Amino acid sequence: MAKPLGFEKPLGMRDILPESLAKQRHLERLLGQCISRWGYEEISTPSLEYYDTVGAASATLTDRMFRLLDKQGHTVVLRPDMTTPIARVVSSLYKDVPVPIRLFYQANVFRAQEKEAGRNAEFFQTGIELIGDASDDADAEAIALAVFCLRAAGVETFRIAVGHVDFVDGLLEDAIEQESDRNQFRQFLYERDFVGFRQLLSTLDIASEAKDRLEALLRLRGGKAKIAEAYELTGNEKARRAVDTIASLWEALEGYGVTDDLLLDFNLIINLNYYTGVVFEGYAADLGSPLLGGGRYDHLLAQFGRPASATGFAIKMDRLLQVTPALDSQPASRILLCYTADRRKKALAEAQLLREDGLVVVTRLVSEETDIAALQDKGYTKVICLTEQGE
Amino acid sequence: MAVFDNAQKLTIAMPKGRIFEEAVHFLQQAGLQVTAELQDSRKLIIPVKNAQLEFILAKPTDVPTYVEYGVADVGVVGKDVLLEEERDVYELLDLQIGYCRMMVAGLPDWKPTEAPRVATKYPKIASRYFREQGQQVEVIKLNGSVELAPLIGLADRIVDIVSTGRTLQENGLVELENICEITTRLIANRASYRMKSEAVDDIAGKFLEVIPRRK
Repeated sequence: MAKPLGFEKPLGMRDILPESLAKQRHLERLLGQCISRWGYEEISTPSLEYYDTVGAASATLTDRMFRLLDKQGHTVVLRPDMTTPIARVVSSLYKDVPVPIRLFYQANVFRAQEKEAGRNAEFFQTGIELIGDASDDADAEAIALAVFCLRAAGVETFRIAVGHVDFVDGLLEDAIEQESDRNQFRQFLYERDFVGFRQLLSTLDIASEAKDRLEALLRLRGGKAKIAEAYELTGNEKARRAVDTIASLWEALEGYGVTDDLLLDFNLIINLNYYTGVVFEGYAADLGSPLLGGGRYDHLLAQFGRPASATGFAIKMDRLLQVTPALDSQPASRILLCYTADRRKKALAEAQLLREDGLVVVTRLVSEETDIAALQDKGYTKVICLTEQGE
Repeated sequence: MAVFDNAQKLTIAMPKGRIFEEAVHFLQQAGLQVTAELQDSRKLIIPVKNAQLEFILAKPTDVPTYVEYGVADVGVVGKDVLLEEERDVYELLDLQIGYCRMMVAGLPDWKPTEAPRVATKYPKIASRYFREQGQQVEVIKLNGSVELAPLIGLADRIVDIVSTGRTLQENGLVELENICEITTRLIANRASYRMKSEAVDDIAGKFLEVIPRRK
């Protein structure tokens, strides 16, 4: 690659200018407020982590991590997510804190990108982790909180798709003998390649009735009615237990009053090996990519030596920013206070008094020759002149 | 036509070029109101009156891009483009039109060379294929008239799509290896697949009815 020019940034990195950042901070405040009310406490962890601990345990693929060497020669990574560092904290500093533990974060994470624009390599997330509660109600809490976060942020039209990894697994185990074939089917679902799924299905030598059931999996999405259809589709114990969970989850979510925003989707696979139960993904109207993702990950904590069930989600702030209404902030009154050198002391004291009243005051040293009128045009609501001509 | 609320309006990206006419014919068979305007228009965005539909006419290689970014909710595009572009989209249906094959071709007297060079419009597909075959080749990207490359010594083999094989024949080339079969697919944006699930299922259902009739 050619030597970077002065205006260039590494691939996928971006600046956030004041107007956008004001909106982002505003949204973060709204989300933080919403999440805190559910008893979650905010946590912050380092930007750099050891590759051998957090890097290796993360759901993010190694080749998408920014890896570097620290002074001691250890491989470190820029944190690819916040869930893994939190698992580390819960298993170490928090190892004597009884579960359930409720934590949330608002932080930047890093994932190297190969492709072009629109894919950030550093992005901000707001997310929650609910650790040590294996009940269906914990899954429901995570999903309901996601809905309430989107509502708090002012997203008008959105949907959360909800699935369960064991339903797909159970259905496949029932119909397909070879594990390699099952993994292939999972891979197709993960890659969202339904054509490949059907083609593989047509080449397998299994009962046509089993084929119909797997084919039906591709269409098994919709409202509450799909729960009954899911039961009809399988006698497999694992899959039926997954539907039990979804049914009980739905009931809890009715309690939260959020089922209108949900879409059951039994073929949803978000990550191939990471999630262990209920998974969900959120979308908004006029936004091409998912807004949030999450689910149950009961195996992660054990990797840090404190086995515990866990669920959570992360909202992508850059995408949320695209679908939330503009800040209708009445621009705070900004005062420009001009003063000449001989009136400096009085002017600066005056400015401080105004600031204490909550006003925005910008001070500027001028000379008697300065054209004050020309300064007026910079978005100031008022200009005060402590100069000879002003007085 | 079912009445959808405005949130279910679908934007369909259609590929200009090789499969366009066949694809338009397919849409008509599926009962979509495809007007003459779509076929001979120079406009790039074409709304359909009295239906919650809108077409975007795009270069085939751009169709998956439009769909991935959500500019279009669904798209009609060849598997060759999908394999080359590797976009994050739902591949919902094989429409079984626009049939052709992706293959390796060369001069009839082709023999393995020390530093093999392959010319193609599909560098990713070619690289991946030869890697899987355990061969290291140098891939040269061309944008058209790929058949020319072996004739002028730019490359010893080419990777391209072939439907009738006439172009190859007329240039004195022969098929050496078959890589895969190519047909046209219906793809959908990840968010549209969920946010507009009713409309996407509706159109996929209509398409699904046409497919067996064509066999």
